[in-house]
Amino acid sequence: MAQDKDPAFVRFEGVEKRFGKVMAVQKMDLDIPEGSLVTLLGPSGCGKTTLLRMLAGLETPTAGSIYIKGKRINDTPIHKRNLGMIFQNYALFPHKTIFDNVAFGLKYRKISKQEVREKVEQALEMVRLPGFGNRMPSQLSGGQQQRIAMARAIVIEPDVLLMDEPLSALDENLREDMRREIDNLQQDLGVTTIFVTHDQREALSMSDKVVVMKDGVMQQEGNPEEVYNNSVNHFVADFLGHSNFLKGTVKEKKDRMTLVELEDKNTCLAIPAGQFSDGEQAEAVIRAQKMKLGYQRDFDKEPGMNYFFGRIVDRSYMGGEVSYFVELATGQVLHVISFVKRTPYRRHDEVFIKVDPEHCRLLKL
Amino acid sequence: MQNKFFSGWTLIKLYTLLVYVWMFAPIVAVVILAFNPHQFGSFPMEGFSFKWFVKLSHNSSIIDAFKNSIVLGSCTAVLTTAIGVPAAMAFIRYDFRGKDFLNTLLIAPIMIPEVVLGVALLLFIRWLQQPKSFALLLIGHVVLTLPYVLLIVQARLVGIKKEYEEAAMVLGAGPFQTFKEITLPLLAPAVLAGMLFSFTISFDDVTATLFWATAQNQTVPVKIFGMLRNSISPEINALGAVMIFLTVSTPLLAGYISRRFAKGKDI
Repeated sequence: MAQDKDPAFVRFEGVEKRFGKVMAVQKMDLDIPEGSLVTLLGPSGCGKTTLLRMLAGLETPTAGSIYIKGKRINDTPIHKRNLGMIFQNYALFPHKTIFDNVAFGLKYRKISKQEVREKVEQALEMVRLPGFGNRMPSQLSGGQQQRIAMARAIVIEPDVLLMDEPLSALDENLREDMRREIDNLQQDLGVTTIFVTHDQREALSMSDKVVVMKDGVMQQEGNPEEVYNNSVNHFVADFLGHSNFLKGTVKEKKDRMTLVELEDKNTCLAIPAGQFSDGEQAEAVIRAQKMKLGYQRDFDKEPGMNYFFGRIVDRSYMGGEVSYFVELATGQVLHVISFVKRTPYRRHDEVFIKVDPEHCRLLKL
Repeated sequence: MQNKFFSGWTLIKLYTLLVYVWMFAPIVAVVILAFNPHQFGSFPMEGFSFKWFVKLSHNSSIIDAFKNSIVLGSCTAVLTTAIGVPAAMAFIRYDFRGKDFLNTLLIAPIMIPEVVLGVALLLFIRWLQQPKSFALLLIGHVVLTLPYVLLIVQARLVGIKKEYEEAAMVLGAGPFQTFKEITLPLLAPAVLAGMLFSFTISFDDVTATLFWATAQNQTVPVKIFGMLRNSISPEINALGAVMIFLTVSTPLLAGYISRRFAKGKDI
């Protein structure tokens, strides 16, 4: 299938979409390599679905160009784009049998009846629902409908598979299973896939590349580790996982670290993300999982570590781990997640928080 | 404890029953008297006969009126649906300038008194210097029934998720194929209901039709109206009974058929 050496199988070039006065998507440039699974991640209204719908042809960009396999498709009608799309509520045709649903796209591709039958059966087997052809969509459970939607989309061998929050209508346990199934199927088929979600766990667990969006603007793109560990701004760090933010002033540089004076005159060492000048206002980001709790007496003051002192104001037990909320002298409350220990900390306990500077990142304000 | 046999609910039930009796008793009387063998019907009936129905079937002017009504009603139903369905699609699925205005304009005949509508169309035809004709009658009835088709089909279209059509198009179906394969089948119950509505309304409209009908194009209700002016013949009762049977049974039959077809295909 590799007839094109262009790394960008799908390319967005300065794509914009305006609905009246609202800019749904602003100046989007994005390259998607062949065979990869890319997630568009962001809160509702961030433009991720609009971007997907523009690729499908269901919305027309106000500006910019979209390319698939190097060919500009802006003016290609929807039904000529050869894409597979999975909708949030599956959109299985309620008046057609499962067989006719899956076979629908094949009707418009000059294929013999015999071949259609074979392809549909093959697709139903792939989604592990063989023999379901004669049923109606209303007779299927949510998870089964999801699989049929999958089969209907992949049976036409689309150039790109588009998924618009396909898991959000399923309940928690099923969602986990379906996520793995989609992931496996995508890898088996090697089909270029764009997945839209607001669920960061979905995004991080299955993507080759995550694109974080907010208010129609791309915030960061990169592989999951990159986006999670090296978030470029407050929004990304806050949206992915649980982060703590400490405001302060840049004091001095120490090797690769930067020393920051926090609002309570305490200092903090952090890895700078970008160039900072002395006296600049900045913000240190620390993941809740990277903070370690300890009582004063058993906590050694290691050199080169960051320490914060506070009091536990709240805790919530979450099975494998516990969330602690620690109030500092400034009144700011930090969120600490730690594994359950035999003697858990209690509310009103006074504790130290230890953070390795490797896990502190300094962001521009 | 309140009196078990005379609580508020009993009163409401009784009242409701009386309302129904008040509404349907005249209709029932017409149907029963149609079987009365005597010239001047009165209760209690003395005997039972089909003679008025037989007489009716030999009255060629009534048979003609009947044919006219059926042809007119069918043409109205088909034409109104053919105009109404695409119009409803446009109003619900697309955005264009003056959409609300146009929609109100098409729905308006429902709110305008039929007398006004009848005279207006007549004046318009006179202004165009055209004679009264079957075509005029047909146009008039389409105007009268279009609002019902529009309202029914629009209500249904709102309920059909746009995703079905979008999914079909992404899968490779063109706009026309999408309409044929997805939208129309999902819309079928509303289309059928709209057709029946137009047929029934056209079939028993008097007021506006009085203005539009010519001597050759009399419909049954207009005919009855004319007969009533001359005499009160029991034939009219028989004719009334036939009309009632038709207007009641058609929708029931259609409802039954559509339910048979819709089995296991709920949306």
